[in-house]
Amino acid sequence: MKTYRQVFSELDRAALIPFFVIGDPDADTSLAVVKTAIDAGADVLELGIPFSDPIADGPTIQKADIRALASGMTVKKALEFVRAVKDYKDVPIGLLMYYNLVYQYGTERFFSDFHRAGVNSVLIADLSIDDADEIIAPATSAGLDTVFMVTPNTNTDRMKVIASKTTGFIYAVSLLGVTGSRERLSDPVEELISKLKKMTSVPVCVGFGISKAEHAATIAAAGADGVIIGSRIVKIIEENLHDKENCLAEISAFLSGVKSAMENRGKTGTH
Amino acid sequence: MKYSGRFGDYGGFYVPEVLIPVLEELEGAFYRFYEDGQFAAELGQLSRDYAGRPSPLYHAKRFSEHVGFNVYLKREDLLHGGAHKVNNTLGQGLLAKYMGKTKLIAETGAGQHGLATAMIGALFGMETKIFMGVTDIERQSVNVHKMGLCGAEVIAVEGGTGTLKDAINDALRYWTAHVADTFYLFGSACGPHPYPTIVKHFQCCIGKETREQCLEKIGKLPDMVVACVGGGSNALGIFNEFLEDENVKLIGVEAGGRGLSGGRHAATLVAGRVGILHGAKAYLLQDDEGQVYETESVSAGLDYPAVGPEHCLLKDSGRAEYVAAEDDEVLDAFELLTRTEGILPALESAHALAYLMSQKDKLPGETVAVVNLSGRGDKDVSIVEKRRPKK
Ligand SMILES: Cc1ncc(COP(=O)(O)O)c(C=O)c1O
Repeated sequence: MKTYRQVFSELDRAALIPFFVIGDPDADTSLAVVKTAIDAGADVLELGIPFSDPIADGPTIQKADIRALASGMTVKKALEFVRAVKDYKDVPIGLLMYYNLVYQYGTERFFSDFHRAGVNSVLIADLSIDDADEIIAPATSAGLDTVFMVTPNTNTDRMKVIASKTTGFIYAVSLLGVTGSRERLSDPVEELISKLKKMTSVPVCVGFGISKAEHAATIAAAGADGVIIGSRIVKIIEENLHDKENCLAEISAFLSGVKSAMENRGKTGTH
Repeated sequence: MKYSGRFGDYGGFYVPEVLIPVLEELEGAFYRFYEDGQFAAELGQLSRDYAGRPSPLYHAKRFSEHVGFNVYLKREDLLHGGAHKVNNTLGQGLLAKYMGKTKLIAETGAGQHGLATAMIGALFGMETKIFMGVTDIERQSVNVHKMGLCGAEVIAVEGGTGTLKDAINDALRYWTAHVADTFYLFGSACGPHPYPTIVKHFQCCIGKETREQCLEKIGKLPDMVVACVGGGSNALGIFNEFLEDENVKLIGVEAGGRGLSGGRHAATLVAGRVGILHGAKAYLLQDDEGQVYETESVSAGLDYPAVGPEHCLLKDSGRAEYVAAEDDEVLDAFELLTRTEGILPALESAHALAYLMSQKDKLPGETVAVVNLSGRGDKDVSIVEKRRPKK
């Protein structure tokens, strides 16, 4: 199974990391979407298991969660979904989800079942580094990497603690707020990336609000190891609920555009 | 964070990273100011002159005759705004002022906490936004108008069933994006640390007064203290003072809605399983995989699938007992108190009265039960009319 370490060391540009909600708008379409993203050059996948109360998410991903739950997605089916993705191609998968679903499944069992299905890490949006002890031991013994978030208001000491407990990558949140497309990148993002890059050798991937190829290129140029794009592409699903073919075509075109923008301004580019 | 915010294994602060620094700031400010002489003096003065504390303890003799034992009402319904909520909004509002925050946000179910926050926003000249589910906006429209008159903006929340849970989700999301200048004035003794501790602190005046008033009026402590439980603030506010008095039975009454068997209720402690929602580990109404259930109750203020962490511990330890009252019993209790005493209870508070009615003729006549009458029922008149049309 391909590891984050392999991906980040092989690439000479920032990794392209699309985010989707598993089962949005239904299991079959969702799988087709993910395969399309892989074909368009996704280096890592960030996948969400839908939850009834996603407090870190803006309207676009909330609606995706509702669609996925309405179509019958469950934690058990998400496990099959991950297996199906891995059967298609060995791309590293990070789950991004809420604690209650892990907790109800049983944290240890959740981590080992999903790792066996092909997941590399489980980022729990509502579990901070302060409670990391509840998950690090079971995650590590299951063979998972750890991923934690850093936000623009995280202080330096705390960043150091987070970096020390992270083995996969740091998920740097580009802004103060929830997920959702934004017209402009937030001001603190480049500073945040450079601060983290100076502090730690753990890869830094940036997400939240990244909506355009230029955004991704700017973030890559600022030294990020990966660019996570969620709401912008989930929105494509929302806008094409009755036109699967167009949905896949738009996702493919958008991700290819992002990738070539990042290639033109590689990691070591203009920074 | 300085403290873990745990009650046993319950509680904590399960929130996204972005909220940790603001909760930390809030925790620091709370522990810095709450024992500060000037803060305490200002809060004491406002509690008395603005809110109307102390609230009376009233022997409801005709209601007592009906149930066959002595019922005393702790009259939080007489406070400014019509509910216990003002105790907390004055305290947290003052905290916001001392912290130099200029904007308030709050969630609300029944609109009582929203109204109490809007009042304090007006009092301190702070811009105030209230998040409220669309279902609740419809069923508690009087309070929506009052909030508007106080100058607050009511933000309609469409998600889920448009009730309290959804309002909290959106308030948390909004806060995430406005952490710098906005104070989240949380309405109950639940949510992430430090809120359960802060809200209890500002509500425990209810129990302190009740204890003194019992000793003064009855010459002894009550046999039983009964309160409704939504998030748990009015119940904890009155229970806290009696925790060490093992002869005082503590009873929390949850919303039994349309009945526990059909799943259409909000009886979290009675029927829930431990989980994590809105920043805390607590009993939670949820399916096998952990998706949170949509709840149902005739009272918007109790229509919530989680509950404060300290109540979870009190349940497990057996110090407090939790029961559920169904909508029909609650409406009966509303009607009985209104007819026997001329007091309209909030439908939330009527849950506590419904429990006493269920004990009719089962307790010795000399029993003394104190009910926290957490709010007045003016806001609920149209709901009662709809559910109990005059024949
Ligand atoms: C009058 C009244 N009582 C009780 C409650 C329930 O809240 P808590 O359990 O925090 O006291 C509410 C909530 O809106 C209320 O308005």
